[in-house]
Amino acid sequence: MCGIYLDHQSCCPVDPRVEEFARHFSGKDFGNPSALHSRGLTAKAALEEARARVAELIGAESPESIIFTGGATQANNLAIRGAALRNAAKGKKLLASQIEHISVLNPHKDLKKGGFELNLIPVDSSGQIDLSSLERLADKETVLTSIMYANGEIGTVQPIGEASEIIHEKGQLLHVDGTAAAGKIALDVQKDGIDLFTLSSNDIYGPQGAGALYVRPGVRIQPVLFGGGQERGLLPGTENIYALAGFGEAARLARLEMAGESMRLQTIRDALIKEILKIDEARLTGHPSQRLPHHASFRFSRIEGESILLTMDAMFNIQVSTGSACSSRTLEPSHVLLAIGLRHEEAHGSMIMTLGRQNSMDQVPAIVSATEKTVERLRALSPL
Amino acid sequence: MAQVGYSKKVMDHFMNPRNVGVIEAPDGYGKVGNPVCGDLMEIFIKVKEDKVEDIKFRTFGCGSAIAVSSMVTEMAKGKSLEEAMKITRKDVADELDGLPSQKMHCSNLGADALHAAIEDYWVKTGKIRPEDAKHKQGQEGEEGESCGI
Repeated sequence: MCGIYLDHQSCCPVDPRVEEFARHFSGKDFGNPSALHSRGLTAKAALEEARARVAELIGAESPESIIFTGGATQANNLAIRGAALRNAAKGKKLLASQIEHISVLNPHKDLKKGGFELNLIPVDSSGQIDLSSLERLADKETVLTSIMYANGEIGTVQPIGEASEIIHEKGQLLHVDGTAAAGKIALDVQKDGIDLFTLSSNDIYGPQGAGALYVRPGVRIQPVLFGGGQERGLLPGTENIYALAGFGEAARLARLEMAGESMRLQTIRDALIKEILKIDEARLTGHPSQRLPHHASFRFSRIEGESILLTMDAMFNIQVSTGSACSSRTLEPSHVLLAIGLRHEEAHGSMIMTLGRQNSMDQVPAIVSATEKTVERLRALSPL
Repeated sequence: MAQVGYSKKVMDHFMNPRNVGVIEAPDGYGKVGNPVCGDLMEIFIKVKEDKVEDIKFRTFGCGSAIAVSSMVTEMAKGKSLEEAMKITRKDVADELDGLPSQKMHCSNLGADALHAAIEDYWVKTGKIRPEDAKHKQGQEGEEGESCGI
């Protein structure tokens, strides 16, 4: 039996159309885009085509504002280290929301070791940042603030436009990690007033190992890696043409299909949430309405998330995710679930379902029934 | 090749746990772990002629916590109390064909719950004084060990 995959926030299958488009660049259309011969020019053309498509997806001023990277982690590191170190003369304070991805929090924390001061912007129980705290924390020493567009674990979308106004009134830089949001909701970096924007290829059904950082024209950052000068010197190294060409095609498809697809997924998501919340002591995590259209996240009392994940997988061939400590490498509970005010024992029982192109409404009854049986099975084992 | 994820035995005991449930009026009862840490186990034993005649468990926790509980009940059933006291955390993990290294401490509390249940029986029957019991009910398995919060 074919399984039901509900973990698109951690990995998307590469769209077959993207695969078909990109495979030429690992085969017959090979070449180094820095080379001046015909093979190099073919590769260079593919690279620039991809850059234009990614720029279009996020409403960037021009393709030149897109710096290709090896993924979202590299883009986040480049944005944060690059902007903080380049602007250190203006001030040495950094801000980030409490619920940023680890690839945002860790470069910030590393800069803290190097003499920067880092403050975290608190979020409310729905996961939205507190704008008055941002207003207060963004003092004149602050150079850079990182706020994610939407959270992959609880689905909550942030008031980026309002945050941007606060930050730009003070002449500071706003970095937005758009990994979870890109391809799911319409993005316009110009309208939202974003200075640095992180994207990942795989999250929009492109190949893994590719990502991008949008750098608003006029914003200065410095490289964190040094080499041959590719990507305006900001991310040197021979480009992964296969992955980047695929990223470009994935961006093109996302832009074309996003409106309809997101509406379709939202309908499925709403049905899932409605049915799963009928389970005894099931709660939604994250914002009830300001959330990603494909994202349903829950917590269940008296049971533990890794056990939920394993049971759903082994018994029903349904793949979900969890923010439970027991499933993480560090055995720490999710910082996101703690930041929205859950107690440790509450954070252990989380289950995250993220829908994608292969999911359909007719899967909902099977998913709901599997969830009910999983919860029932684990509660029968539980002393709580 | 390095093992990826849980062993087949862990998954078998997780999916088909043995000896799940409660023994009414047990001869011994042990409870270790803490829901805050994500693992809580309780073990009930029935003792006859100084042997573990029956044993049941209930566990809140991850896959390995449930598998460990199931395995330890299987290992202890029919053993003398003295023998059952000798079952270590490592014995249980070995019997499950190993546990991921980060799981060895937090979720490997089955032996502790078993020992707590046996000591509870010994305290009740006057074999040891309450203060001599090494496993305090409802406490972490090892002294000084915590889940890091």
